[in-house]
Amino acid sequence: MRAGVLLAVGIPALIASLAVATAIGPADLSPGDVAEVVRARLGFGDTGLSRIAQGIVWDLRLPRTLLAAVCGAGLAVCGAVLQSVLRNPLADPFLLGISAGASTGAVAVVVLGLGVGTLGLTAGAFLGAAVAFGVVVALAAVAGGGPGRVVLAGVAATQLFSAVTSYVVITSADAEQTRGVLFWLLGSLSRARWGDVGVAAAVCAVAIAVCLARANDLDAFAFGADAAASLGVAVRPLRATLLGVTALLTATLVAVAGAIGFVGLVLPHAARLLVGPGHRAALPVTALLGALLLVWVDTLARTAAAPLEVPAGVVTALVGVPAFAVLLARRRAAV
Amino acid sequence: MSLRAQDVTWSADGRVIVDRVSVRVEPGSTLGLLGPNGSGKSSLLRLLAGLRKPTGGAVLLDGVTVTGSAARGRRGFARRVALVEQQVSTEVDLTVAEVVALGRVPHRGGWGALSEPDHAVVAQALDRTGMAHLARRRWHSLSGGERQRAQLARALAQEPRELLLDEPTNHLDIAHQLDLLALVRRLPVTAVVALHDLNLAAAYCDDLLVLAAGRVVAAGAPATVLTADLVREVYGVRCVITPLDDRGTPHIRFLPPDQ
Repeated sequence: MRAGVLLAVGIPALIASLAVATAIGPADLSPGDVAEVVRARLGFGDTGLSRIAQGIVWDLRLPRTLLAAVCGAGLAVCGAVLQSVLRNPLADPFLLGISAGASTGAVAVVVLGLGVGTLGLTAGAFLGAAVAFGVVVALAAVAGGGPGRVVLAGVAATQLFSAVTSYVVITSADAEQTRGVLFWLLGSLSRARWGDVGVAAAVCAVAIAVCLARANDLDAFAFGADAAASLGVAVRPLRATLLGVTALLTATLVAVAGAIGFVGLVLPHAARLLVGPGHRAALPVTALLGALLLVWVDTLARTAAAPLEVPAGVVTALVGVPAFAVLLARRRAAV
Repeated sequence: MSLRAQDVTWSADGRVIVDRVSVRVEPGSTLGLLGPNGSGKSSLLRLLAGLRKPTGGAVLLDGVTVTGSAARGRRGFARRVALVEQQVSTEVDLTVAEVVALGRVPHRGGWGALSEPDHAVVAQALDRTGMAHLARRRWHSLSGGERQRAQLARALAQEPRELLLDEPTNHLDIAHQLDLLALVRRLPVTAVVALHDLNLAAAYCDDLLVLAAGRVVAAGAPATVLTADLVREVYGVRCVITPLDDRGTPHIRFLPPDQ
């Protein structure tokens, strides 16, 4: 099995990548040091490293690298599931207005100072995303449901919330705030904390498990909702479950890391090119590719123009598009 | 008992598409659905497949009303009843074998891999439809007729006892039309087939049901149903009907319209 081989190679590669990526940066550290700190922190033995080195690994870099992996895996799987459920190869996690709503929520907190003291940027973004998704669901329901209506409602909500965000930024934000908001809009893992990692990883694990549990039913959507129903899939409940789960996961990830584009749109296609369209194989490979890509993208984002940070969303596209082009070209040659 | 419809009515956007239609199929036999475009054949098949909820009457499988909504019920239903729709499309880059394997979805559950028996059923379905040599071809590279046969193979992979086919001979050359209908007759299934070709219907169906404007206008054995009067009334076409063989299978020759 091709997917089996890919996972057998890819999972160790991901673990190695986490260690290597965490070691890369201004302080002189090795992947072995990273492993040592992790071991010590988990209560297995001591480390001879300085407290500063330990702090860099455990408090600064490791949560960031892990969050990159979680975001990459989660966004990629959300994209794959939405593309199948909505039967739209251009669907991505941000199609349903979630990133636009999150940015409105974040801007409301940062620029307008709404809920300061009770809501942080993360909570504000999550709330905004939830409101936007609610608007999309309501709009789609009013329009009679169905995947086409969901997509249209998502596009409309995205436009609406983007306009509100732009309006607030233009009329109320100072230069410093504008820069901060823009950085967040393009996606960045620079604010990663252990708390975020824990929440994001938990939501991600549950959401991916739910999607994997319905992998074969997702296959049945290939020829549309009627075809899926005639293959025994309870279409409406499944669609509602999967839209809800992917929306929750996307909202969580956007709240902690901003709207990192490209991953959710393109990696599902890359995974299908590698292992075929069956979700049983494609979903795990999609998650793995997403995690690997984002770990390295973030490493590049914080080191390429150091000490300046490049937004992760910018790097994903700059690195990802050429890689995807190579994959497409090789695939064409193979057929 | 098999699958039957009892006084089924279905309307969409305020228009009655299927009007108090009852269908009874002898287990193991083949029922042909006839009628001009828009007479409700496809809608009736969708109702029988549990994809639409009747606005009146009921569809029954072994005497139990087909509800179509509950998850568990749907899966069991899909193991009994398979539907081949008229034209289907996909954006997904599937091989023929993968399309046929979709027929195992109701047997597999949400996560399970294809088992050895699943593979055997898929291989047999490909074999029966003459698609085995195309198993590794991409769906998008198939001709219309090959797609139709791949969908039939998918339906067979569901191992149905009731098979619903919506104009399955469309896009097929004459040899494959005859092959397909002969196959459907040979299979140990109860079949309901919507057809346009009256001669094929007469030759391959045990019984016929003729629809016009959503209503049943005739039902019974081909020799009794297919009369020149009925063809003129339903299709607005003149014809001459002669018996083809000693079983009395009617053969229809159409005449050009009156000038």
